[in-house]
Amino acid sequence: MSFPWAKHYEPKAPLMKWLDDRLPLPRFVYNAVGAGYPVPRNLNYFWNFGVLAGAALAMQIVTGIVLAMHFSTDANTAFTSVESIMRDVNAGWFLRYAHANGASMFLAVVYIHIGRGLYYGSYKPPREMVWLLGVVIFLLMMATAFMGYVLPWGQMSFWGAQVITGFFSAIPLVGETIRVWLLGGYAPDAAALNRFFSLHYLLPFVILGVVILHIWALHIPGSNNPTGVEVKDEQDTVPFHPYYTAKDGFGLGVFLLIFATIIFFAPNLLGHPDNYIQANPLSTPAHIVPEWYFLPFYAILKSFTIDFIMPAKLWGVLAMFGSILLLFFLPWLDTSPVRSANYRPVYRWFLVALLVDVIILGYVGGAEPIARNIIMGQIASAYYFLHFLVILPIVSAMERPRPLPNSITEAVLAKRGGTAPTKTAMSGGAIAPAE
Amino acid sequence: MVRIIGGLVGLAFAVMAFVGFISTTVGAIQEPAAPTAEHEFHEHPKDVRFASDGPFGRFDNRQLQRGFQVFKEVCSACHSLKLVAFRDLQQIGYSEAEVKAIAAQWAIETPAPNPETGEMATRRNQPADRFPAPFANEIAARAANNNAVPPDLSLMTKARHDGAAYVYSLLTGYQNQPAELLRQFPDARTPAGLHYNPYFPNLNLAMAPPLTSNGQVQYADGTAPTIDNMAKDVAAFLVWTAEPKLQARHAAGWASVLFLVIFCFLTWGAYKSVWRDKKH
Repeated sequence: MSFPWAKHYEPKAPLMKWLDDRLPLPRFVYNAVGAGYPVPRNLNYFWNFGVLAGAALAMQIVTGIVLAMHFSTDANTAFTSVESIMRDVNAGWFLRYAHANGASMFLAVVYIHIGRGLYYGSYKPPREMVWLLGVVIFLLMMATAFMGYVLPWGQMSFWGAQVITGFFSAIPLVGETIRVWLLGGYAPDAAALNRFFSLHYLLPFVILGVVILHIWALHIPGSNNPTGVEVKDEQDTVPFHPYYTAKDGFGLGVFLLIFATIIFFAPNLLGHPDNYIQANPLSTPAHIVPEWYFLPFYAILKSFTIDFIMPAKLWGVLAMFGSILLLFFLPWLDTSPVRSANYRPVYRWFLVALLVDVIILGYVGGAEPIARNIIMGQIASAYYFLHFLVILPIVSAMERPRPLPNSITEAVLAKRGGTAPTKTAMSGGAIAPAE
Repeated sequence: MVRIIGGLVGLAFAVMAFVGFISTTVGAIQEPAAPTAEHEFHEHPKDVRFASDGPFGRFDNRQLQRGFQVFKEVCSACHSLKLVAFRDLQQIGYSEAEVKAIAAQWAIETPAPNPETGEMATRRNQPADRFPAPFANEIAARAANNNAVPPDLSLMTKARHDGAAYVYSLLTGYQNQPAELLRQFPDARTPAGLHYNPYFPNLNLAMAPPLTSNGQVQYADGTAPTIDNMAKDVAAFLVWTAEPKLQARHAAGWASVLFLVIFCFLTWGAYKSVWRDKKH
């Protein structure tokens, strides 16, 4: 499904014709990320992050598969096998630093991608399914990242696993049984390490599958854009290739430059020193903290300190899971017909507040649990829930949006000034597709 | 319906967090957290520079060899270095023959079965062996060290915040407990058998000061064996044991960054060229 003016795949070489008649894989790629996919012409750099997330996933899978060839899935030798990768495997230090920091880069890129979706209303009809699948990917990523962090079997691996599986023990009556069942024992040990490794190898391929669904669902309505106005005719769009392949190529270069700088010059910046100490069930670290990308959720967990009907711990666990699961309902919580926050004068300030709020939560999640930090976390947690579940529905019902442009092209020309639409309408003829 | 239920759930969580906020605030006002000796007197590591610092950092092999000597003559009496093999010493400038000699003359031998009888025994170290631990197991280590296990040093500089500076500061930071501390916290007197050191998180360390006098180690290269130099050298050595591939990493890093900068210029040019007459 696509716009009527989408280019059609026409194989010229005999081999490609032969292949197209039997297995139209090149046609599929052409329509997915080639010249056959018309994309709004006004996308800004925030639209690079989907491709960057895909690239990050691919790099994680490649480095992960090679690391798995050298990793020992045994509680007694996992830690030393990681160190032997660092010392004795050819380029092993590169693979491991690329994989460990790759997880951070993947999550960072995905957070920006989610933020882009929030700001430009990419979750709204007709793209709800794209959003829902995206939240599924996010949940799978969190599970994969958590289990991957356990594998090196350092102190934070072990105690992180202890804390996170401990969430399940907050469930009334059956909680402890579920926790023991998940871990395969009373505390993380050989059984837990083995199953985490197995799932850590499996889930990236599940993510890959859902990513394909995510892109498929995206191609039904086509990409959103910074105005949030739907595509009206051909001059609103450009073919994905070469226009956005070129732009994504540049984006990928910048992404890799930042990634390489971290890998080669600050590979332990985002890690915790305690994870260079082998797991010791008898010695609890002074502060157990998750990786940076979980800190906002960890802060929400710690912010519920009052027993009321349910124990405080259960409130915290429900709030933490709820803070992510509520994203599934976002398309129905926001009733504003306007997608882009550029045209929503009230809502955009609440979104800025949400960004600040999540940064505060992130700080609190990693900070010492002194009264000042707990207080900050509790206010920030309250705002997080109010924002999505109370403020957003009310604002979207009351707000008077600014006037929208009539079309994407009109918005572009209003911003860039100059020539009449007819003149820019089909300049694509000057540039032959590179294929 | 979704919005009504969602709103109620959201309010419930927000109210619970807000009640928690009030209760925490009231609690903090009624009972402010008491200051602790650790909080008031713990010091961050000293500012100290190493050749391996920064993106251009390289190892100074002469310093690493001096540091190895300090490890061999002082630290290795109690601390293991189990992730490092004798053969690795060739990376810091020892020849194959020297490594063989160091391994063979190492005070502690590697546990191995007697090739004749099969009974457990020890044999001389070979270059392929990792540094043998000074204690047979954790219980032995505890028994010999006042119930505190000397940690393995292989990864020490990566296992602490600001690791190299931490090692240096700890080794040079032993002192008498400040009178001010005892005045403010009379209960915080360093217990017998422990040693006051403001760079250690809880201020009292089981390890006795290992570097006690200038000249404790005789350096062959003429460097003055002051406590300060010995501490700095062994910290530099432990940077190498924790991250032996540091130089290769920095070299590969500069090559990658250079490549990617060129890559970015080319892709930026391609991007601008493709879009040259398309307003967006």
